[in-house]
Amino acid sequence: MTVATTPRLRRLAGKLTSPLLPEDYLGLVNPLWATSELRGRVESVRWETADAATLEIRPGGAWAGHRPGQWVRIGIDINGVRHWRSYSISSAPSSATGGDRIAITVKAAGLVSEHLVRRVRPGTIIRLDQAAGEFVLPAEPPERVLFLTAGSGITPVMSMLRALARSAETMSGRFPDTVLVHSAPTRRDVIFGAELRRLAARTPNFRLHEQHTRTAGRLGPQELARLVSDLAQRSTWACGPTAMLDALSLDDLHVEHFRPPVPAATGDGGLVRFTTSAVDVRADGATPLLVAGEEAGALLPSGCRMGICFSCVGRLTSGRVRDLRTGEVHGEEGDIIQTCVSAAAGPCSIEL
Amino acid sequence: MTSSTAHLTAADYDEIGRELDAIRAEVQESLGAADAAYIHKVIKLQRSLEVGGRAMLFASFLPPAWIAGTVALSAAKILENMEIGHNVLHGQWDWMRDPKIHSTTWEWDTASPSDQWKHGHNFLHHTYTNVLGKDRDIGYTILRVSPEQPWNPAYLAQPVYNALLAMFFEYGIALYDVDIPKAFEGGAAGRAEAWGQLKAIGRKVRKQVLKDYVAFPLLAGPNFLPVLLANFTANVTRNVWSHTIIFCGHFPDGTEVFTEDLLDGETRGQWYVRQLLGSANISGSPLFHLMSGNLSHQIEHHLFPDLPSNRYATIAPRVRALFDKYDLPYNSAPLAHQIGSTWRKILRLSLPGGGGGGSAPKTPSRPRPLTPA
Repeated sequence: MTVATTPRLRRLAGKLTSPLLPEDYLGLVNPLWATSELRGRVESVRWETADAATLEIRPGGAWAGHRPGQWVRIGIDINGVRHWRSYSISSAPSSATGGDRIAITVKAAGLVSEHLVRRVRPGTIIRLDQAAGEFVLPAEPPERVLFLTAGSGITPVMSMLRALARSAETMSGRFPDTVLVHSAPTRRDVIFGAELRRLAARTPNFRLHEQHTRTAGRLGPQELARLVSDLAQRSTWACGPTAMLDALSLDDLHVEHFRPPVPAATGDGGLVRFTTSAVDVRADGATPLLVAGEEAGALLPSGCRMGICFSCVGRLTSGRVRDLRTGEVHGEEGDIIQTCVSAAAGPCSIEL
Repeated sequence: MTSSTAHLTAADYDEIGRELDAIRAEVQESLGAADAAYIHKVIKLQRSLEVGGRAMLFASFLPPAWIAGTVALSAAKILENMEIGHNVLHGQWDWMRDPKIHSTTWEWDTASPSDQWKHGHNFLHHTYTNVLGKDRDIGYTILRVSPEQPWNPAYLAQPVYNALLAMFFEYGIALYDVDIPKAFEGGAAGRAEAWGQLKAIGRKVRKQVLKDYVAFPLLAGPNFLPVLLANFTANVTRNVWSHTIIFCGHFPDGTEVFTEDLLDGETRGQWYVRQLLGSANISGSPLFHLMSGNLSHQIEHHLFPDLPSNRYATIAPRVRALFDKYDLPYNSAPLAHQIGSTWRKILRLSLPGGGGGGSAPKTPSRPRPLTPA
């Protein structure tokens, strides 16, 4: 507990630090004391596979915790510039008695992920948002569960499995009848491979199937039906590339995509006006509004950058936009649009 | 444009514009971690100085503690306004996308609310630099700093006004952002706008007064008076210093003023040259440049108001070489020289006339016409 955590004291202290906040000075001692901006400190970076690593993060005091399967937005400065991305949390929620750390598991692909995996060192201060996302298990898990994952799609599911395992061990909960079908190119590419195999070995209710696609090929609907005979009776949580998810049409499906759909649209752009930021920028018809705005210096909210998380949305106040995934031109005044997958279709303005 | 530019052709202006645009692009492309580290370091230094200064003042019944605390607090306030506040509000650090160090979110320890100041300064002053009737920075409305401004007897007292303005500069700046003439001419809407601005200034001043003249002195208990006096001294020191640096940026002999007709069809190159002719640099050490908020590189700042201030020193030799090539005056001199030149002008122009008879020495860099054509 610090001085800054008590609202009344904080207001009084604010009189002494106006126009700044007390935390702007307290941050000289410990950056995690900030409350106007949630921060975290990277405590460790551990390799999982040749190109994926787990970062253990100690969040500041304002962290409200997460539910297994949720993701968190991470803001990190790369070459002086703040970048935000969303990552699934791979750790189970902290137990009631402390354990104030979260882990994200990141596959090195793209500017931010490469930086997190290969260059971030323990001690680095990052920015965080509160955890979000609806890809979660209900408080009372269903009788029979199927997890269907590929590549780093295992990360949110790992959080769920860890939480189920802990609840089974420590709180005499039961581990539901669970099947995990996970695809990765080879055995060595399976993130959390060793831990999953151990869990399968000691948990009678948990069955693991690893699909090593380089030798066994991709999983098709028939193969899945053969692997999981009671498919129709299981509630399914699937996380992986769009192509895999589209190929396996399932009932009672919870889905999390993690690869951006390929941009399908190009066309004429126009002058884009970000009204709150007072930034005007000419954008072409293939550049996401988010990227155009950021390059022009506007401070815009962002998250997954692939049209999933809705962190980047803003109200369209004039003009129309093109959905880069489908090529569809849409938008009426007042519509909420996703700036990360929308480009200008002529002049437009957005309340951001 | 003026007698100092009579030799320039349209092609010259275009080439100057191209070369300066190239310098700008080069700096922008190379911005990175080292620049971010610089502003983070300056902010940390400023906050540490402020905390340290205020802490020392709790022992301010001891004269050495009073002096050390007051010096530290003055330095912190100067850094906060100049190298940090002014430059952040110019958007120099917006490229970092850090909402804590961003022109749209920053608020500073001065009487001007940042949004009002950004309009008056970033837009009016930087766009219409030294254009009579447009740039209200010319004399901050109450002084006669150019012979083109018609004389009236009120200007006889301008050396006194200017000294008072220096001491209470932050309030002068804040009030000057309120367009009082427009309030009188603009009817009810104009008056309402001015009143809104005045109220916003009042709210900021109240917070500052509460902090420096009530809360911290009260916290110091028996040291109430020494702390009050130290905070007052630090505010006045900051005001006089920023007044000095800013006046030396636009009013030393050699800086030119322009008429509104020049703005018609002004090209990018011509705009750059006007920024050069309307500005003056102050030479000095790296510490001096830091404490002046790099406004000692006033010319570079006016050419590139939104490039990070830590880069001005690096590009200054190239900017100077470019203007030398085109035989344009680059006004740069030590602080004492620029102060002398500015005050001589204020004294001289307090009397009628003053158009041709200046006696100030030329800038050391090169001889140049004293007044605009």
